[in-house]
Amino acid sequence: MKLSDMPKQKFKLKHHINLFIVLGLFLIFLTFELTSGLRQSVRDLLVQIAYSAILAVSLNIVVGLLGELSLGHAGFMCVGAYIGGLIGNALWSSVPHIAALIAAMIGGGCAAAIAGLLIGIPTLRLKGDYLAITTLAFGEIVRNIFKNQAVFGKALGLSTSYYGKNLFIIAWIALFFTVLFAQNLQKSKHGRAIQAIRDSEISAKAMGVDVTYYKLVAFVLAAFFAGVAGALYAHNVTPVRDTFFKFDKSIEILVMVVLGGMGNLTGSLIAAFALTFVNVKLDVWLSGDLASIKKIVYAAILIIVVIWNNAPALRSIREKYSLMRWWTDMRERMPKPQKEEAEPPTTANWDKIPTKIPMDSIISTDISVREEEDPNASERKPEVK
Amino acid sequence: MSFISTIINGLSLGGIYALIALGYTMVYGIAKMLNFAHGDIIMVGAYAIVSFISLTGHPLLGIVAACVICTLLGMGVEESAYRPLRGASPLAVLITAIGVSYMLQGLAQLFYGSAPIPVNIASFGAVEIFGAQVQVSSLLTLGLCIIIMVVLTLFIKFTKVGRAMLAVSEDRAAAQLMGIDTNGIILLTFAIGSCLAAFASTFYLMQIPSASPDLGSMPGIKAFTAAVIGGIGSIPGAMIGGIMLGVIEKFSLSIDVLSPYTTSVEFLLLILILLIRPTGILGKVKREKV
Repeated sequence: MKLSDMPKQKFKLKHHINLFIVLGLFLIFLTFELTSGLRQSVRDLLVQIAYSAILAVSLNIVVGLLGELSLGHAGFMCVGAYIGGLIGNALWSSVPHIAALIAAMIGGGCAAAIAGLLIGIPTLRLKGDYLAITTLAFGEIVRNIFKNQAVFGKALGLSTSYYGKNLFIIAWIALFFTVLFAQNLQKSKHGRAIQAIRDSEISAKAMGVDVTYYKLVAFVLAAFFAGVAGALYAHNVTPVRDTFFKFDKSIEILVMVVLGGMGNLTGSLIAAFALTFVNVKLDVWLSGDLASIKKIVYAAILIIVVIWNNAPALRSIREKYSLMRWWTDMRERMPKPQKEEAEPPTTANWDKIPTKIPMDSIISTDISVREEEDPNASERKPEVK
Repeated sequence: MSFISTIINGLSLGGIYALIALGYTMVYGIAKMLNFAHGDIIMVGAYAIVSFISLTGHPLLGIVAACVICTLLGMGVEESAYRPLRGASPLAVLITAIGVSYMLQGLAQLFYGSAPIPVNIASFGAVEIFGAQVQVSSLLTLGLCIIIMVVLTLFIKFTKVGRAMLAVSEDRAAAQLMGIDTNGIILLTFAIGSCLAAFASTFYLMQIPSASPDLGSMPGIKAFTAAVIGGIGSIPGAMIGGIMLGVIEKFSLSIDVLSPYTTSVEFLLLILILLIRPTGILGKVKREKV
């Protein structure tokens, strides 16, 4: 069958829910901005949400789709922020600001992707915890190297050009494209190959999937988008300091992916939105040492959610009170629209052919046949006695 | 800094790393989980020492109190946060451990503030060895670390409980069938690991005499690196890895060109060793079967 002969997939809202979430929220805020103007704090929050979501969605490619734990995602963001900031600075006065920002985003993304390639080629043959600690090591190495370069301002940080109040528009467009890419990747041939590696590396290899190649692809793509997020960050906050990209930042991104449900794009998005919002709000309310309350609350939520979702002992309670089940119950209770009688099928109806044989009859015949076939069965018994 | 003092300082720092790495590696070997909160148990130990010294004025009492508090804390964390997740996916346990680590840091900051608190356990001065000035506390740390490691190795090799720990680390299900109380053994492992962390915090405060909420995170990560270098799950491996890392850190710090890049040097060492031996120096190579 040719590709053109295949029936076209019907457009369904639930297949594109991620894009609608992003687009919907973006349009709502854009309308507010155009009609009455948003407050600066809201714009800032929107930029932070956008780059957090880009980070979460990109990490989801490695952790959710490929199934390898990466603890150094902030390292790629760091590369993107420093390189993107440098590119932005170089172009700031010569070209329009938006062109400089886009160049910075692409340049930062590419630099991060190259970093991903460099670290990925030697280390991706490692597995599990060993790969995780290597990515952690990578994040720390990157931070340490950038901190000690005079070009990047050493410990004082790289002073970058602040894009201005409309950064959130660019950031959300970047988020839209990231989500679009991640969603299409998940459904494509390449995405399926990556998910096959997650489910079983050996089976994937046996099916002809080039494991090393696809691992590298997932790693480099995730690094690219992290670099883009870094470049966005560099044009929102100045100076860019290495302390922002500490190990804690990588963990924060990982928490978003895990809380959203690994491999679930919508979950990652929602978790990124919610956690960034809560983080920023708590930062405003709690100052000084009271900021530790944020850490405690954050930690408590994390522990409770993970135990609730994963504890083997809680499985029965979980199934009884799960949100999904509540949702399906609600849908079942709602009156369904009466469907019209389906047209009688013109081709053969396979349901009518009696392929179902009662299970009991199969089992009983099987046993009886075996007993009849084995003539020595009755003779052996006395010997055992 | 001369060669001899560098190497002795490196060995004593390596001893501290080795003590922390032992906690990581024992828990990994027996419970098959990465206990990310281990570094923060060191921090709790440091604060326990600080408060008991200011309360009673006696350093030794502070150290004993730190051991007791850390041991109880380690067991409490195991019971409340990790035990419910036994049998769940390793990533879930890892995230919980990260949560516990955040929680401990947050609590420390809430009670003690984020500013570092200076603490003076004991000052011994310095002695001269082969013409080099060496801090007595470094020598003391080195000596005590070696004693603790020898005692631990003997405990695991020759006592019944120690051999039960080895059995659990080899095959938990089989150990359970042989009548070993696996949950009890895991709890004991956490207790020993946390007690070692309390010793490590004592030695750490001797070298850097101030306590802060993020005191444990960097030594924790470095000790974890050391455990992986040595082969995670292997006790002699953790000792070798820890001492290697400590010596390399001190040497790298003593060379002018390298000293800003010390962290990079250490982590590059990790990556290089994992490239040559993907399971660390003494790690067991596991063959994957279909």
